Amino acid sequence: MAKKTTKAGGAEAKKTTKAGGAKAKKDRGVAVEKVTLTIDGQELTVPRGTTLLQAAQDAGTEVPHYCYHPGLSSPAQCRLCLVEVEGAPKLLPSCTTTVADGQVVHTQSDDAIRMRRGVLEFYLLNHPLDCPICDQSGECDLQDHVFAEGREHGRGREAKRVLGRDDFGGDVLFYGDRCVMCTRCVRFMNEIEEKPLLTVVERGDRAVIDTFFDEGLEQSNWAGNVVDICPVGALVSKDFLHKARAWDLEHTDSICPNCSQGCNIELHTRDNLVHRMKPRTNLEVNGHWICDYGRGRYEWLNRGDRLEAPVVHAEERNTAMGWTAALEALKSRIDTLGESSVKAVVSPFWSNEDLGAVSRLVETLGGGSVVFRSPRAEEEITLPGYEGLARRKALAPNVQGAELLGCTRVGDDAAQGGLEDLMDHDGVVLVLGDALDDQPEGFAPNAALVVYLGAYTSSALASADFQFPVTTFAEQEGTFTNHAGRVQRFWPALSGPGAARPAWLVLGALLGALKEEEGPTRAEQAFGLVAKAVKSYKGLDYETIGAQGVLSAARVPVPGD
Amino acid sequence: MGYPYSHEKEVPILSKYFGDPEARTLKGWKARGGYKALKKALGMSPEDVVEIVKASGLRGRGGAGFPTGLKWSFMPKDDAKPHYLLCNADESEPGTFKDRELLRWVPHLLIEGCLIGAYAMGAEHVYIYCRGEFFEANQVLAKAVEDAYESGIIGDDILGSGQKIDVTVFAGAGAYICGEETGLMSSLEGRRGEPRVKPPFPAAVGAFGMPTTINNVETLAAIPPIIENGGEWYRQWGTEESPGTKLFCVSGHVKRPGNYELPLGFSLKDLIYDVCGGMIEDRALKAVIPGGSSVALLSADEVENCALSYEGVIEAGSMLGCASVIVMDETTDIVHQVTRMASFYAHESCGQCTPCREGTAWVTTILKRIEDGRGTEDDLDTLIEVTDQMVGTTICVLSDSVAPPVQSSIEKFRDEYLALIRRGERVGAA
Ligand SMILES: Cc1cc2nc3c(=O)[nH]c(=O)nc-3n(C[C@H](O)[C@H](O)[C@H](O)COP(=O)(O)O)c2cc1C
Ligand code: SF4
Ligand code: SF4
Ligand code: SF4
Repeated sequence: MAKKTTKAGGAEAKKTTKAGGAKAKKDRGVAVEKVTLTIDGQELTVPRGTTLLQAAQDAGTEVPHYCYHPGLSSPAQCRLCLVEVEGAPKLLPSCTTTVADGQVVHTQSDDAIRMRRGVLEFYLLNHPLDCPICDQSGECDLQDHVFAEGREHGRGREAKRVLGRDDFGGDVLFYGDRCVMCTRCVRFMNEIEEKPLLTVVERGDRAVIDTFFDEGLEQSNWAGNVVDICPVGALVSKDFLHKARAWDLEHTDSICPNCSQGCNIELHTRDNLVHRMKPRTNLEVNGHWICDYGRGRYEWLNRGDRLEAPVVHAEERNTAMGWTAALEALKSRIDTLGESSVKAVVSPFWSNEDLGAVSRLVETLGGGSVVFRSPRAEEEITLPGYEGLARRKALAPNVQGAELLGCTRVGDDAAQGGLEDLMDHDGVVLVLGDALDDQPEGFAPNAALVVYLGAYTSSALASADFQFPVTTFAEQEGTFTNHAGRVQRFWPALSGPGAARPAWLVLGALLGALKEEEGPTRAEQAFGLVAKAVKSYKGLDYETIGAQGVLSAARVPVPGD
Repeated sequence: MGYPYSHEKEVPILSKYFGDPEARTLKGWKARGGYKALKKALGMSPEDVVEIVKASGLRGRGGAGFPTGLKWSFMPKDDAKPHYLLCNADESEPGTFKDRELLRWVPHLLIEGCLIGAYAMGAEHVYIYCRGEFFEANQVLAKAVEDAYESGIIGDDILGSGQKIDVTVFAGAGAYICGEETGLMSSLEGRRGEPRVKPPFPAAVGAFGMPTTINNVETLAAIPPIIENGGEWYRQWGTEESPGTKLFCVSGHVKRPGNYELPLGFSLKDLIYDVCGGMIEDRALKAVIPGGSSVALLSADEVENCALSYEGVIEAGSMLGCASVIVMDETTDIVHQVTRMASFYAHESCGQCTPCREGTAWVTTILKRIEDGRGTEDDLDTLIEVTDQMVGTTICVLSDSVAPPVQSSIEKFRDEYLALIRRGERVGAA
């Protein structure tokens, strides 16, 4: 399954998740009564209570709309989604009109098209059409609809209303001239975050979105969502401002790495850099939303201080090598050691596949303990209007996955300390992902063997016997297990630097050599090995997990989560 | 008795005590037979009350003319939810000033009508949403409600019947759109005065989410006499489709403007030339707006045979609306008048719906440009098309209201537009 898409394909993918999302919500109720109707000549049967807009979406027709959003109430005010229903005296808003048996609906009738053309003309009366300098350009619902169905030339001869730009606080800028007054942003703040920080002031064509005096979106923890749901370039992100054109960005399905909620996201990349994070709809996890805390923390994926080649330390010198030579060197070191106890420290920012490979290696070498350190916040940040969604206290994506693999959390809430045992250990010390930034140089001086598999250079481990460059989650395929035990997949959005490879691949090759068998060559196989080792993952594979994840059978209570 | 003038052809039922300060007081009102109808209604079943209103054929006086008894019968029965009756006293349509006089002179008639309506629909609370700028009316009404509470006419046990009905007077804050029934509900709830999508209709989900009926002041004021005298009695006036009497607010170039209560079906020509004493300085009639700013203009020819009933005005080419008759003589600059009406709608649009928010303002700027002599003949086509795009496409009908005056004026007074566009000439500019 190719999960990397360019803009055009991305829009397609987004559409399917949206439609699927709406369906999932409906399907939660058992035994819903069905209704059969005809939309644009196509007969379909849908649950009673479905809106015409949703039904049309199911039938593959996107009725243009601005104010309707699947996660918000429907005020039916933009008037773009009007459709013809046979027998009705006038066109009806498809976002609020529900299906009825035998209904015959036309979304493409002359009347419907003429009305949309009219409404679109009204939108452009006061719209600056500054697409060339507008961040929304290329993913703008106004641009798209006008291009598809609008008049070739506007008839407005009057000067346009000019509002200029306003700082709404937080990461949000408001370009009032581009606003289509859909009030999605206002409704998000009122209905979902339940902090009414935005409002419509004035009325008629003087109406404009505003904050209350000097209070702004800096008081919000979820304000980035209003930028996402704004159908035009009226609300834009300061962080993303003029950074990239929408059509140059690649979209990759992923999981937010910044807490244990596991919000489904897309990583938007260009030139092998992450430029922004956008929510991906998953009604079981995060709805259409993500928090500002998570959204704002993607820069670490672009860090430059990377390990790029395997490094072997011998005779007080570090020597870079190719993978084959480095792994052979490690294997022969291990062979000379014989059975020895292992103490490992891993990072909950690494995938189940990677952590599972560490567990297997520890076992193969003769057993030992695996610990991890994980940052933790004092408070959860909830989203009142979406049950089950919160920025969790555990500020790493795979704490649950680590626990399920038998790893133990040590250290404090800043993910520091707790490694005294390892420091003094005289057996094998194995480190995955954690660069031990709080530790002194020459970590574990008495150890018989120190192996560091990491993405970043580490001063504490600069003289480890082996330093292996591995990829971050954003550079590989894999899974995280969220706080609730939901196993979710992510796909590679970036390519890793130099010789960096997924840790499961490196360790798999090593284990293969040690046990004289085939190591996994695909992430899917690596997950298969994890699923065998962890009881609650029984029966799971990549196909069943899919793009929306699967709740695993058990959940280990995570302290402080 | 009309106010400030009266005429022998009037049938003063609602307006009988206009200008009579004593009728405003509870004592004075009782002395004039007040609250008898309420007593009678309380002795009947709510269903029977609704039946009498249905039999009378009374139609809503707020503009749409919807049959009142039928509207009342939409309220659910035995649903265990609180029900509300909202009295729409937000009268703001340009040319309309009938409710104001009812509020000022006969507040107890309105309260009585509200209580009967509330009883008939099982409503436990009546909100009278009164236009904020009606300072006097608000005061008079508040006093009347207070007195009625004190004497047990409103409250926990109205007239000793065991029936509990509360009445609250709510002052609006100056928006025409709060007179639209769902906008009124939003405003009453403390939200922006923005109309809501129907369905759900107010009888199912209304104010505060509960079953609600909204009636105009004049509608509710007609209830007590109908209950007292019966449906057939009311039908002795008016036509089959438009029974009863109606207050006509006449403004503009007539000698005696004001409110007149006349049987529906009355001749528009007689209203102007007889009841109102004819045109000022006997100038020639140019046009009449028969039902407030949202309806089409009638040309002088069309006025000739226009009967002032719901059906009669439609036949003549316009709508009765709330019977606000604006009379314009030969000196009237039609383009200017229509521009003023359009700018009223642009000012009052709540701004939710795109066609209304943008359309009202656009139509106004085009009209202003024409008025300024910078218009083109194409602009007239654009005006027709743009107003067409504003009809039937929005949440409420404020948007639809722009088309009739604009389109009818272009159709019937095209030469005035062309004189401005081609020669910069203003017709009748005084
Ligand atoms: C823009 C707009 C403004 C309105 N203003 C008023 C008003 O001021 N008073 C009124 O009684 N009805 C007004 N109406 C009509 C109401 O929506 C409603 O139809 C009426 O109050 C119902 O009462 P009725 O059935 O007794 O006529 C308005 C309607 C619209 C669309
Ligand atoms: S909001 Fe859309 S149409 Fe407007 S300037 Fe931006 S890209 Fe262009
Ligand atoms: S700012 Fe964007 S989301 Fe908010 S009302 Fe305007 S167009 Fe809609
Ligand atoms: S039609 Fe106009 S006034 Fe009515 S709801 Fe829409 S925008 Fe508001």
